[in-house]
Amino acid sequence: MPRLWPPAVLFAMIGLAGLALPLVQFKANRIVPGEGVGLAALPHGPWVMLGLGAALVLACPDRWPAVARLASAVAGLIAATLMLGMAASHLPPAGNSLARVAPASGFWLLVLAFGLMVADAVNRLRPSLALRWVMLAGAVALAAGILASGLLDGVSVMREYATRRDLFGREAQAHLALAFGSLGLALLAGIPLGIAIFQVRRWRGPVLGVLNILQTIPSLALFGMMIPVLGWVAATVPGATQAGVSGIGTFPALVALFLYSLLPVVSNTLAGLSGVPAPTREAAVGLGMTRAQVMAQVLLPLALPVLLAAVRIVLVQNIGLAVIAGLIGGGGFGTFVFQGLGQTAMDLVLLGALPTIALALVAGIALDLLVQGTRRGAA
Amino acid sequence: MIEIRHLTRVYDGVPVVNDVSLTIGTGELAVLVGTSGSGKTTLLRMINRLVQPTSGQVLVEGVDTATLPAHLLRRRIGYAIQGHGLFPHRTVAQNIATVPRLLGWPRARIDARVDELLALFQLDPATFRNRMPHQLSGGQAQRVGVARALAAKPDLLLMDEPFGALDPLIRAKAQADLRAIQQKLGTTLILVTHDMQEAVDLGDRIAVMDGGRLLQYDHPARILTQPAAPFVRDLIGATDRPLRLLSLKTVGDLAQPGDAEGPAIPPEATLHDALAECLWTGRTALPVQGGGIVTLDALRAEARPR
Repeated sequence: MPRLWPPAVLFAMIGLAGLALPLVQFKANRIVPGEGVGLAALPHGPWVMLGLGAALVLACPDRWPAVARLASAVAGLIAATLMLGMAASHLPPAGNSLARVAPASGFWLLVLAFGLMVADAVNRLRPSLALRWVMLAGAVALAAGILASGLLDGVSVMREYATRRDLFGREAQAHLALAFGSLGLALLAGIPLGIAIFQVRRWRGPVLGVLNILQTIPSLALFGMMIPVLGWVAATVPGATQAGVSGIGTFPALVALFLYSLLPVVSNTLAGLSGVPAPTREAAVGLGMTRAQVMAQVLLPLALPVLLAAVRIVLVQNIGLAVIAGLIGGGGFGTFVFQGLGQTAMDLVLLGALPTIALALVAGIALDLLVQGTRRGAA
Repeated sequence: MIEIRHLTRVYDGVPVVNDVSLTIGTGELAVLVGTSGSGKTTLLRMINRLVQPTSGQVLVEGVDTATLPAHLLRRRIGYAIQGHGLFPHRTVAQNIATVPRLLGWPRARIDARVDELLALFQLDPATFRNRMPHQLSGGQAQRVGVARALAAKPDLLLMDEPFGALDPLIRAKAQADLRAIQQKLGTTLILVTHDMQEAVDLGDRIAVMDGGRLLQYDHPARILTQPAAPFVRDLIGATDRPLRLLSLKTVGDLAQPGDAEGPAIPPEATLHDALAECLWTGRTALPVQGGGIVTLDALRAEARPR
């Protein structure tokens, strides 16, 4: 009995459950519940099932090489995705354009199992920073390639996409604008605020207290509160409406995301600056740097890794939170999510949710790599 | 010349430095020594105005330092601290170039100065120029810290416990190197330490501080033989007193004509070393390299106050 790698056993259990559950749902139209179809019922299905099962089980022994682990996990992800596309083009009878094939529990569990396997294998491989960037770019390119190839065009989510191609582009832009715009504003306001409370100690308590309270307001409530507050501002302050202030739409969404971003930015700026060793700071002053030079040449560069960690937290958080902007007409992928919920069309909900998840995942990994890069330079 | 006149610093009504006056001649090495809380570091930090004096004056070459903007004053005064305080995100060369860059020296002059200093501190420029501070040993980092303080050729160098973080063997070498470099450059140097041995080894003059007051400011030999206060005597340590006195003079100072058995001792060795050699080898006289001898009787006479 070979020694087992416990995470791989867990992934195998998840994956095998996925193989047992229906891979797709076949529905008569986009709203009605459908019936599950397993992998075994598809052409070549049994062979694929056997291959995926073997990949999952083979990875269980501890001595299975990490490269093989990575290769079989990537192959598993591709195979599951291609089978999904194949089911979508194979199951509906010819000429029936109403029937839908949606990914079901089996597909999601397979993606989860092989996705975790990829992460675990990469961890075990300990690739260099440059190689990690290449891997991330490769994964994004692979996903884009599969989507562009048309192999998945029959899948329900892609059919929702096909009828909303232009809208999707606009909402994607709106979503990115909300997430990055609020991040930019938070950095613009939060870094100076963090520097200020670093230098004036007695402001720390009040400032961090207010930001902490803001952070505890549930997101839905904060978005809701924006409507009357900003609506009142727009109605009473002259010129506010012309400047873009309104109770609903992009403006309140941007304000809410900005407020949520402030605490991580301000507190990490403070933590980063406070973390600079006292002798380093004293040497900078003692050698004749002015206050501004000490800040720009010594304190801020050394605080950068902690600051980038804040950027990562805020970006991933805002990509997710921006979905709620859809509720108050702020645009973004949330528009699809809430439209889909209103129409009980899960495919439309997925059209909003899946790109949001992918975006958050890629942004999170990319910023992790960036943080590691600066740490290496500073350490 | 540095003149400190009636310098006082009060924190919350308590004087940390209390009416201290002393003068340090150009090219001299003065050591401020005392226990922690004696005010020695505060006194040092008032010279480059890291601490604002409550009252009193510091004059550098006759100019009252209070009349200059603090950051411009500091660029003219070298400053090195315990644990070196090197900037961890900058290379060795960039660290050393800090003050010349602040002063706007041309690039070529800065590069030449960095290499000159690295060589002076026995660090091969090609090897060390582009190292990061975390790649240096404690002794190397300390040397880079001093090189950085000397980069813009200051007339005055302030050092706060510069050898505090070094182990004893490296510390002795660093002290000897510092003394040699200070004499070679002719820089006036004020050094803070809590270690009386370090003060005796390095100082042209020693200022003993306690409770914010200057108890005695004199040459090491006089501090040892004529302590002005019981505290000074305690700081010296009664048992170490004769040995410290011996460490102030070299064998060359005491050599007399004659012959003696056994291996010779170099003339630049201290009398302390000579005594140790006599005791260890059971000899009553040692030959000195280059002629003459040094006798145990002569050593004995030197180890007592006169």
